Amino acid sequence: MSALVGVIVFPGTNCEMDVAEAVSSLGANSKLLWHGDEDIHGVDSIVIPGGFAHGDYLRPGAIARFSPVMKAVTQFALEGGPVLGICNGFQVLTEAGLLPGALQKNRGLKFLCQPSTLRVETTESILTNKAAVGGNLHIPINHFEGNYTCDKETLRELNEENRIVLRYVNNPNGSIDDIAGVCNNKRNVVGLMPHPERACNELLGSTDGQVLFQSLLAA
Amino acid sequence: MLRVDKPLHRSLGLTDEEANVINEILGRQANPLELAMYSVMWSEHCSYKSSRLHLKRLPTEAPWVLVGPGENAGVVDVGDEIAVAIRIESHNHPSAIEPYQGAATGVGGILRDIFTMGARPIALMDSLRFGPLDDPKSRWIAEGVVSGVSGYGNAVGVPTVGGETVFDSTYKENPLVNVLCLGVLPTDRLVLGQASGIGNLAVLLGNSTGRDGIGGVSVLASAGFSEEDDSAKRPSVQVGDPYEEKRLIEACLALLDEKLVIGIQDLGGAGLTCATSETASRGGVGMDVDISAIPCRELGMEPYEIMTSESQERMLAIVEPKNLKRVLEISNQWEVQASAIGKVTNGDSLRILSEIDGEVLADIPASSLHDDAPLYDRPKKKPELHQGLSGDELNPPVDAANDLLSLLFDPSWVYEQYDHQLFLNTVVGPGDDATVLRLKHPVSGKETGRGLAITTDGNHRWCLIDPKIGTAMIVAEAVLNLACVGAHPLAVVNCLNFGNPEHPEVMWQLSEAIDGMSDSCVSFGVPVIGGNVSLYNESEGNNIAPTPVIGMLGLIDDLKNRPPGAQMAEGDRLLLIGPETSGLGGSLWAANHGAFYGELPELDLEMHLKVAETIRTLVGTELIRGVHDLSEGGLGVALAEMAAKSSVGVSIARTPNHQALFGEGPSRAVVAVDPESLTEVLALCEERGVPVVRLGLATGNQFKIKDMLDVSLSDLKTAFISKLPNAFGVGTSNQ
Repeated sequence: MSALVGVIVFPGTNCEMDVAEAVSSLGANSKLLWHGDEDIHGVDSIVIPGGFAHGDYLRPGAIARFSPVMKAVTQFALEGGPVLGICNGFQVLTEAGLLPGALQKNRGLKFLCQPSTLRVETTESILTNKAAVGGNLHIPINHFEGNYTCDKETLRELNEENRIVLRYVNNPNGSIDDIAGVCNNKRNVVGLMPHPERACNELLGSTDGQVLFQSLLAA
Repeated sequence: MLRVDKPLHRSLGLTDEEANVINEILGRQANPLELAMYSVMWSEHCSYKSSRLHLKRLPTEAPWVLVGPGENAGVVDVGDEIAVAIRIESHNHPSAIEPYQGAATGVGGILRDIFTMGARPIALMDSLRFGPLDDPKSRWIAEGVVSGVSGYGNAVGVPTVGGETVFDSTYKENPLVNVLCLGVLPTDRLVLGQASGIGNLAVLLGNSTGRDGIGGVSVLASAGFSEEDDSAKRPSVQVGDPYEEKRLIEACLALLDEKLVIGIQDLGGAGLTCATSETASRGGVGMDVDISAIPCRELGMEPYEIMTSESQERMLAIVEPKNLKRVLEISNQWEVQASAIGKVTNGDSLRILSEIDGEVLADIPASSLHDDAPLYDRPKKKPELHQGLSGDELNPPVDAANDLLSLLFDPSWVYEQYDHQLFLNTVVGPGDDATVLRLKHPVSGKETGRGLAITTDGNHRWCLIDPKIGTAMIVAEAVLNLACVGAHPLAVVNCLNFGNPEHPEVMWQLSEAIDGMSDSCVSFGVPVIGGNVSLYNESEGNNIAPTPVIGMLGLIDDLKNRPPGAQMAEGDRLLLIGPETSGLGGSLWAANHGAFYGELPELDLEMHLKVAETIRTLVGTELIRGVHDLSEGGLGVALAEMAAKSSVGVSIARTPNHQALFGEGPSRAVVAVDPESLTEVLALCEERGVPVVRLGLATGNQFKIKDMLDVSLSDLKTAFISKLPNAFGVGTSNQ
């Protein structure tokens, strides 16, 4: 696999090196893309990693969507390029209008860093094309604002179009319909709250995240 | 500027004698700005004036120590061209007044101590002690502190990988918030906080200077609390901004990577006064500071406010003039404010100027703020013979099962609020005997196949009975905690939390604790490479129980697999490794029954090393399924935690009495062994001369100890898991 993965870095992003390590453990290369740069330098796919872009001020993702690089990311996504938002990246993608819905504060109003089990709901997405429908993946969560919500109409659409990519087996944060990850209608933009890069090494307790990155690299 | 109903120096917390010494140093009457600068630097917090004399007795050297106490952090060489910087610091007093910001800025401060050495901070640990869970104010403090650590640590992007949480009435009104930070650096990036090169520039990076934290160290950390005026002190607590700090970390490490700074120093307690005078005096030079060049958050700030402000997220870098442009470029990329505010001068004068070539507002020998700080040999007195009830005088438990369940608690309610996995290093996270991190090169990311292990430990019950032996037991426990994950110890940092040093009994406790730490560290061959002393921990005249907390760093030479942890499986044989225990003095069980005194169990340092070495070998050779050291709550709690975490019951054949169940004798651990490995494990213990007792079996759904207690595994798990969620409820947050 020689795919080049672009990893966006805003001031306040903190999972960029972790994503790079996970990608490199699968034999692919990555390139960090600075938020102030309007060019994405010909990468094959884009990951917006976790962290606190622009300090999460106002609300997560609200300022990041205005960073110059997001113009290029949006263009890339509209042209069908694979774009993955993890945690804060998911929040950025919803704020940017590339994914529907929004992420509210967790039920219980606490930050949660804990293991979670996800069920794969569809393989028709850039994140799950190598996974198996119904399969369980052990991938940790790490967020305060991970409680996915959307209006009834959108939820109906997401279900009808089979765009709910991952669901929590035990909903930790109050997300509507147990949603952990969704995709856009072209299925090339995916956001999820759990951190697959934290589940790519036996020493760290799980390798279930690998199949998701393998899917991204194959997309 | 301050109330004038008493002489200015007294309002600033300086004694008449200290004020006279200042006037002697200057050869004239100090002006108000100069007095303010001395008052913060000569505060207990900054000068260690009551403890310095005693701290000298600690062993600080070993071949692998690159930087010992006295710098911003201790640094050890861990091989593969990697060094580890580590430090622990208290933020007790600010957290008592404003729990969220007190804890948050405690995290921010300790991070700066680490990256100022050129290290990337990769892990935080927090050792937290609060008043009792049934006290609403203590719960309010606890919830605020945990939210503060979570809010700042998560957003700044440094994982909080472990620590301790203790609830006890001794900390009512006066919580202890001790935060440890660990960073890694390429050995050749090590920098020290010193100025040199006449004409070089002092560049202030980061936040603007505001009115938060004016005189924080002298006002808060150097005096006790009384009930009525807590709220009057609130403006002294600083406010943290983790996003500013995150950008500051990245900018500073980028400056260091390009070798653009000669020395760098964080601004913590005593703010600019400390940073400018420390860099100058360490480099044997002077410094001129242009006060008009310092970016301020509001108009009309007085020079004394600017010089003593403890506004967070600021660093002072010493830069050659030719590099200034590049320094400003890098700062600009990270949206970090940078201003040249002074320059290095000949001589040793720290001069504060109204503007370049302007009026001299203060002129002080830089070194006098440190080297001439008062040094007190305060009177010590062993407290009167303890009159209270001894643990061994108590009757055996009426309901041992109930007693055991009441001792259990799972701290995951606390640590699940912290990101403990960032950077993909966390092999063993919070909640186990010690944390284990992968050791990677900080720049190349190259794996070494080795691991770092860290633990923080403290026990005020032991130290109340005997601060010397109690402290030695804490150090011993840390060594055993590291052994349980297969690590051998490298270095110790400590946080000495004590009461009012003007009380001779407190000084005796402090001195004894230092002796106990010194003796045990010498025996174990572990140097003390840094520390912090927090005194005046008291409320309404009651000193807290003496609470030395240590952080111990260890190395795992071969980290192929995850250490076993406190696990067991159906059919495993359970063994107790280590010497027989005696007595309940200092135990959690006894304290819960109102008995705080008695005698501590014996600590045999030689036997302890043998036990630790044996456990380390068992972990390293993967001969055991699980291991858990015995500490608070003794054998009963250790077994119960293993059962709760593994969801397997136990059937224990022999426990002579309740002392054996709840006593906290040191140097012991429970191991769970597959029957096939049993002979080999027993043989190894015999060969090492380490006592071993066969306890029984891991089996079924009951937690059974013959003739003592029998409780269902589900009741046990409920007691373990639910204590904190029940106390704090869900859906509440004060931030």
